[in-house]
Amino acid sequence: MRVSEILQILDARIICGEHRTDYTIDVAFASDLMSDVLTLKNDHVLLITGLANMQTIRTAEMSDINCIVFARNKKASREMIALAEENDIILIECRYSMFKTCGLLYEAGVKPIF
Amino acid sequence: MMTVADIVKALNLKVFSGAGGLDREVSGGYVSDLLSDVMGKADAGQVWITLQTHKNVMAIASLKDLAAVILVSGYKPAENTAEQSEEENIPILGTDKSAFEVTGELYTLIK
Amino acid sequence: MEHHEFNIEGGDFTRAGYASSQVKKMLKQMGVDVAIIKRTVVAAYEAEVNVVAHAYSGAMYVDINREEVKIELRDQGPGIEDIEQAMQEGYSTASSAVREMGFGAGMGLSNMKKNADELHIESELGKGTRVVIRMQLNATTGD
Repeated sequence: MRVSEILQILDARIICGEHRTDYTIDVAFASDLMSDVLTLKNDHVLLITGLANMQTIRTAEMSDINCIVFARNKKASREMIALAEENDIILIECRYSMFKTCGLLYEAGVKPIF
Repeated sequence: MMTVADIVKALNLKVFSGAGGLDREVSGGYVSDLLSDVMGKADAGQVWITLQTHKNVMAIASLKDLAAVILVSGYKPAENTAEQSEEENIPILGTDKSAFEVTGELYTLIK
Repeated sequence: MEHHEFNIEGGDFTRAGYASSQVKKMLKQMGVDVAIIKRTVVAAYEAEVNVVAHAYSGAMYVDINREEVKIELRDQGPGIEDIEQAMQEGYSTASSAVREMGFGAGMGLSNMKKNADELHIESELGKGTRVVIRMQLNATTGD
């Protein structure tokens, strides 16, 4: 699924990587705990999280995750956006709960990690 | 309204503990691994989906009057967490599926 | 052998990961296999976060050449009381503040063990901990 579609489904804002809405994600993973995210081995992962801090960006960088949705109306700080930009990570802000965010994407056909 | 037992059946979940609470009614779902977030925002009757397994999970489930806790990715509750679940009659359920997947299924079921 | 040193500040979650990120850049520049980079970086990052989460201060020492990288972390802090217990998945001594940061689920050490080619941990209660991670960098066939 393309980032542009995700933005539509979640009624969300893209705040980093605006020019990369064509980026395609294959699978989604939802977690607030970064150690868990570090165990992922998939490519083109969409990380859905309510943890909006520098560590989320660092973890994405370490795990080669290029797209993050911050749910729960969490906002990315300027520092976070700078680090994301440096690493070509797309950041999306969504006001829905994690429950609804995952639910909507799942129903739209986004696959879980295998 | 669906009960926890209905959800267990529909999503093929394991029941680790707290079977006495399987008849609790489910009002919705809440997905979070951050305890302070759940304390602040979760509503009574919701099913909490998380991978946190320690005792504080039950303390919060009890305080917030949640219907059940689903542990994802094959996680199992700590012994004292399971014990408290039995005391409170708040079921701890389990699945091998990831949070995203089981949330998606639950959402489709109860939205 | 190239040698690099990075200071790690205890409690500074904003900065945590900076040293591991530098290691990643080094490995990428050297053209190391992507899978090996990922494993190295995950082990280094978990180790770095452990210093930030538990110690007062510490440092990461990186020695690297084409064949292998040695990442050593030494910290000044409470130390680990029972290393074997600490290695268990789910076992954590993290404060609630650390858990709110997204860590402290008790998976750091086991993540390190799973990813490192060699892992050595020693500790002295009340003084600090020393972790050594070793990775072979050209493990793929067709040398």
